[in-house]
Amino acid sequence: MQELGMAEQGSIRVSRKDDNVVVIEKDLATEEMLLSMGPQHPSTHGVLKLECMTDGEVVTSAEPYLGYLHRCFEKHCEVVDYPGIVPYTDRMDYLAGMNNEWAYCIAVEKLLDIEIPRRVEFIRVMVSELNRIASHLVAIGTYGIDLGAFTPFLFCFRDREHILNLLEWASGARMLYNYIWIGGVAFDIPADFNKRVKEFVDYFRPKVVELYKLLTENEIFVKRTKGIGIMPADVAINYAWSGPMLRGSGVQWDLRRNDPYSVYPELDFNVPVPDGKFSDIGDCLSRHLVRALEMEESLNIIEQCISKMPGSDGFNPRSAVPKRVRPKAGEVYARAENPRGELGFYIQSDGKSTKPLRCKARSSCFVNLSAMKDLSKGQLIPDLVAIIGSIDIVLGEVDR
Amino acid sequence: MAEIEEGKGLSQSLHQSAAAYAVIREQFADAISDFDANETMPFFEVIETEKWPDIALFMRDHPKLKFNYMACLSGVDYPAEEKLGIVCNLESLGAFGHRIAVKVKCSREGGSIPTAAYVWHTANWHEREAYDMFGMQFTGHPDHRRILCPEDWEGFPLRKDYKVQESYHGIKVPY
Repeated sequence: MQELGMAEQGSIRVSRKDDNVVVIEKDLATEEMLLSMGPQHPSTHGVLKLECMTDGEVVTSAEPYLGYLHRCFEKHCEVVDYPGIVPYTDRMDYLAGMNNEWAYCIAVEKLLDIEIPRRVEFIRVMVSELNRIASHLVAIGTYGIDLGAFTPFLFCFRDREHILNLLEWASGARMLYNYIWIGGVAFDIPADFNKRVKEFVDYFRPKVVELYKLLTENEIFVKRTKGIGIMPADVAINYAWSGPMLRGSGVQWDLRRNDPYSVYPELDFNVPVPDGKFSDIGDCLSRHLVRALEMEESLNIIEQCISKMPGSDGFNPRSAVPKRVRPKAGEVYARAENPRGELGFYIQSDGKSTKPLRCKARSSCFVNLSAMKDLSKGQLIPDLVAIIGSIDIVLGEVDR
Repeated sequence: MAEIEEGKGLSQSLHQSAAAYAVIREQFADAISDFDANETMPFFEVIETEKWPDIALFMRDHPKLKFNYMACLSGVDYPAEEKLGIVCNLESLGAFGHRIAVKVKCSREGGSIPTAAYVWHTANWHEREAYDMFGMQFTGHPDHRRILCPEDWEGFPLRKDYKVQESYHGIKVPY
């Protein structure tokens, strides 16, 4: 553009393009404002702090600040022996304790190279999938609250209560279970547990449909989430996104299917990805949709577990639990599919000690959140809330 | 039955890792160490640390490798060798599915490792965490700050010789 500077008064600038079109630019840019969101903001799902530079209502950059919930998990691991770490893993992602314990146990079992009884594997799959549904219910319910829909939250928490009761019955605790042990589980599931789980599955199936009508197909909800915070698949992979976040971008990647562990190869389930008809692939709505669809797949898995689980005759849940865990020298990186994505544990053992030399938790939320800066650029402040909600962070896992 | 199949899968993945390593070895020869073919985490080590970004880019973009997914990057302290290091778990997601781990080491005092944050975005925060906990520098890192500890925290908590500071802003730290 050729600037002629015909009239320059105050913030109004008139210029002329080559083809004699007069352009009048009104410079409405005001001073950029620093808006600090959190750590006590209700929509940051805990103690995340976002420092946003805003130009009016538009966010020009958002820088996440973490560490408010840092409890030195990795430092603790160096002074606690292997089985003693299991309760600490519960406290990382406190909404999906079972899945965390399991991922850690898989890592140690790989180092020890021990064989797990078949019934234990099915129990583990079942409690983890129950926990996955509970976790997704919190994610979906609180996401509704973020966007102003209060009712789905109450519906979700009502149904989550049933799962917590079931898991309390099995393990004795409601959220921090210490149920899955290295080589086994703490207790066998109670008699009639499978019957009650089946009752829950039958009860919950219509509730998922109800939730679709209540929230997923709600016009206001769709308007707030569709086309917001789009993440292309290749960038998502480069950011090492995993779980529902990656699948929301259209990549059919699930560790239960692509790097199978436990008895998942024997179980029949789909890996839902958005098809782009209802949502734009990679947007907030897709990520929500994947979580909603996954709950139904988890129900299918649980039903198969009930029918395939070997009987409890002569079963000792602690038969393969080692008396003293002292793995051979070596390193391992093992991971499992958590409700929020890939939870990996890197463990280094020196072969002499009963404590790991180094235990690093690769937290899925930590990695998913690291794309926040790119994701939030140029978004409106209310959309920023929609994006944070769709990442579904648990700060206990981000900060560890 | 399941265990046997799993065992098969594991050795097959080891075979894939070895094939991927051979391609890297061909290009970088003596800059990298021999392949450590263990079942739990097959890895190789980068000997010429300054070549790490080239190796990373090669591993990501080579048509036979396509390590597009950095699953994990962990900082490690090796007090016996007087070194600090990182362990990167890489994977070819969606293309080949092979996995390999890469170790990069630097000296314990004032050591630095070139950043891989321009190759994999995810390395940005992982490297910040490794710096926060171990204190190695990542040269060329776009945002070289602490991430989990406060900015003015003294020392690097996961070093084996770490001594916690007595007080922090008037608060007694060891309790």
